[in-house]
Amino acid sequence: MQTPETGNSPLVNPPVNPLVGRANRDGAQLFRDWFSSLGEAAERGQGGAYVFVMGSLAELLRTFDFPIVFPEINSLQTAVRHLAHDYLNEAEDFGYSPDICGYVKADFAAQMRGGELPMGRIPKPALAVYTNACNTYIKWAEIWERMYETPIFTLDVPGTRSCGRVTGPGQVDFENDRKYVGAQIAELITLCERVSGQRFDIDRLREALGHASTMNRCWKRVLELNRSRPALFNALTDGTIYLGVANGLRGDAKGAAYFTDLVEEMEYKAAHGIGTLTTEEYRLLFVGVPCYPIFRRFNELFTEWGGTFVNSTYLWFASGGSNLGFEYDLSRPLESLAEGMLLSVRDAMDSMFFSPGILEQMVADYGADGVVFHPIKSCRTVSTGLADSRRALLSKLDTATLFIESDHMDRRVVSEAQLKNRVDAFFEGLATRKRQSAISASAAATGASTSANAGA
Amino acid sequence: MSPCRPEVVVFPEWRDKPLEAALYECRELVEDTDFPTVRRWREAGGKVVGHFQVYFPEEIVHAAGALPFKVRGAPIEPTQADSRFGSYLCSILKTSLDLALSQRIELDLFVSHPICDAARNLAAIWGRNFPYAAEILYLPQNANSAHAATWLRGEYDRLRRSVEAAVGQEATDASLAESIALFNDNRALMRDLYRLKRETPWLVSADEAYVLVALAGLLPRDEHNAILRFMLPRLAERPARRMDRTRVVLEGGFCEQPPLDLVRSIGRSCYVVDDDLLIGLRWLTSDVSTAGDALGNLATAYLEQSSYSPVQHDLRKPKERMLLERIARARADAAIVMAAKMCEPGLEEQVAYTKALDHAGIPYFVSEFEESMTSFDQLEIQLQTFVENLLFR
Repeated sequence: MQTPETGNSPLVNPPVNPLVGRANRDGAQLFRDWFSSLGEAAERGQGGAYVFVMGSLAELLRTFDFPIVFPEINSLQTAVRHLAHDYLNEAEDFGYSPDICGYVKADFAAQMRGGELPMGRIPKPALAVYTNACNTYIKWAEIWERMYETPIFTLDVPGTRSCGRVTGPGQVDFENDRKYVGAQIAELITLCERVSGQRFDIDRLREALGHASTMNRCWKRVLELNRSRPALFNALTDGTIYLGVANGLRGDAKGAAYFTDLVEEMEYKAAHGIGTLTTEEYRLLFVGVPCYPIFRRFNELFTEWGGTFVNSTYLWFASGGSNLGFEYDLSRPLESLAEGMLLSVRDAMDSMFFSPGILEQMVADYGADGVVFHPIKSCRTVSTGLADSRRALLSKLDTATLFIESDHMDRRVVSEAQLKNRVDAFFEGLATRKRQSAISASAAATGASTSANAGA
Repeated sequence: MSPCRPEVVVFPEWRDKPLEAALYECRELVEDTDFPTVRRWREAGGKVVGHFQVYFPEEIVHAAGALPFKVRGAPIEPTQADSRFGSYLCSILKTSLDLALSQRIELDLFVSHPICDAARNLAAIWGRNFPYAAEILYLPQNANSAHAATWLRGEYDRLRRSVEAAVGQEATDASLAESIALFNDNRALMRDLYRLKRETPWLVSADEAYVLVALAGLLPRDEHNAILRFMLPRLAERPARRMDRTRVVLEGGFCEQPPLDLVRSIGRSCYVVDDDLLIGLRWLTSDVSTAGDALGNLATAYLEQSSYSPVQHDLRKPKERMLLERIARARADAAIVMAAKMCEPGLEEQVAYTKALDHAGIPYFVSEFEESMTSFDQLEIQLQTFVENLLFR
């Protein structure tokens, strides 16, 4: 049986099994169901808890029966459906600069439209909860506060202070941070009780934390399984579907079941050597945020050359650090929630700010042939350090890299022709590397054989 | 025992000169992109801790005997730093790093703060490019948590240990109390300067006031205090004539700084009676207690005795309301709302500011700037038109 570690050859005729492709089908359905439920909440006038992917705290907010709204996901959906420009224009007409985050502007326009989005209608915010993992979250929430007088709550999660200086439980600086996060969670619970009119139920929290733990554990396993050759899923496309469920259904029983199934599917694919639809010539890592305005085409620029994205920093930070696989201690749920938030959100930030070491390890673990850096105009959090990260990575590793810029929302700064030129040149370079590597290996083998004969 | 500091006067040029000549020397220093005072401090054996905009508890560095140097970019071409960054970024990030890459400044420790999504990356980038330590100082973004001051006290203690390791001297509680007292003097002098500017703006122009504040980021505080003590009484007695000019508040200089010539241009059209230029150096609005726990006092002051800016979130200080209060306090007739190019917090806040100003019926002028811009003709014409319109309202 093939395992990711052994990397045996794929079977020629893998058995057909309904497991294969299940996650993509079920993920899409869960997503539609989630959106339908948001539409229903909007219809009955129930406000939602507006949260973000890096530290949503959905596992806590669910216990107060808030519909969970992810404005980042709503905004990216407008881009995927090629409608973002309408929303961006409306916000810019109001006064927002073309140089600020497109997600914020699309959401602002959606709010001006009464919550209307291409996928349906979302409820107004009853409460906004966000971490400091992205400063724009804070500025964004201030907009809702101004528009609706919505109560907004910053969960301030201190990150790693400098490269390699990661603190852990028992250390004085870690404990200072943990107490701060814990105190804020207690304050948030009081706020949630006031806004929802419901008493906090610690047993419901235990239940939600259990589901979130399952999802974290499974997400970590799914990412590990993609070390298989061929890769089991495309981190850019399939991965984004899984990510949607990881966020939208965090702490929910359906989310836990989905991820349990996902591991089963990936284990099956690994065992039977079933990869993606791309014949895998090159294994790639993706660093940054996808180009949603031409999402499918952007991916094709790589798959047409046999490139498969086997992992990405996006699947780390946009899961809020779920990739760590943190499992809550249900015997002390609140303390464990504070610790989990601190460790996971901090890890999400590390994968953006201190990425070179992480990428070096990823290249080794996933047998990557190249790394694609994709900074975008909208997101300085993710993009500011990428050019320097690339330099740092290249100083350590002789690996192929590609640096291309566009945006995750704004089609005005997405030039498909220019992207294609750069991507094509990147693959030509990869092909040359491959040929040279083969020649070197052949020469080495010939040399070894000659030496052996001479020795004989 | 006080920490060991170099016995050197890093900025002697202004001494023994009349007011105008002394001001000229100050202006020359602020515009000097080779930062001679930092170099002289190092040559005398001193250590330097660079801290990026906006606020930084400089007392901790001072208490360890080092020079806190405000890293605020410069109007230079970032030829070396450009390759470390992508597009769509503000200038101050690039020029700040370039100052170090080009060896215009040499540091022993660099500290940045998560003031915005771009700046929070800077410590990591800095750390990858230099052998000395570079780190992030987290300042509370949940200023409304009852635990924020306690946590910040712990964070300041962590910073103290970092500084001590970098400069090789302790920042004892006693030396911290001394430093706080020295900085209290400095804050009081800067408040006097702003009072002068608010009440008699014809006595100190916008660019002169800016220069006098900016020196604080370049000099040991005792030298800065000496300069202000010399300048303030002389400015107050200056034989300047009051002009019929519009009183404005200038907002948007909390991080990247407009070129000095731009500030001068604005000052030619109107009286800038208050602003947020280099607000980090004026962040604490009253004396910090020198009694008891020094770090705890600094932490509490950050939260409870402080100004506002687009990069601090505090539910008690909605930025647009704070701007309206600043305008009212300064008895200003109008506002100039600027933002550095590509500055996300500044650009986002512009929307809230202008809507609030509309609502309050206060005229305003909106513009963008970049620290390296050299042509102000267009902007000056627009501003003059704005001011003329106000006269005929």
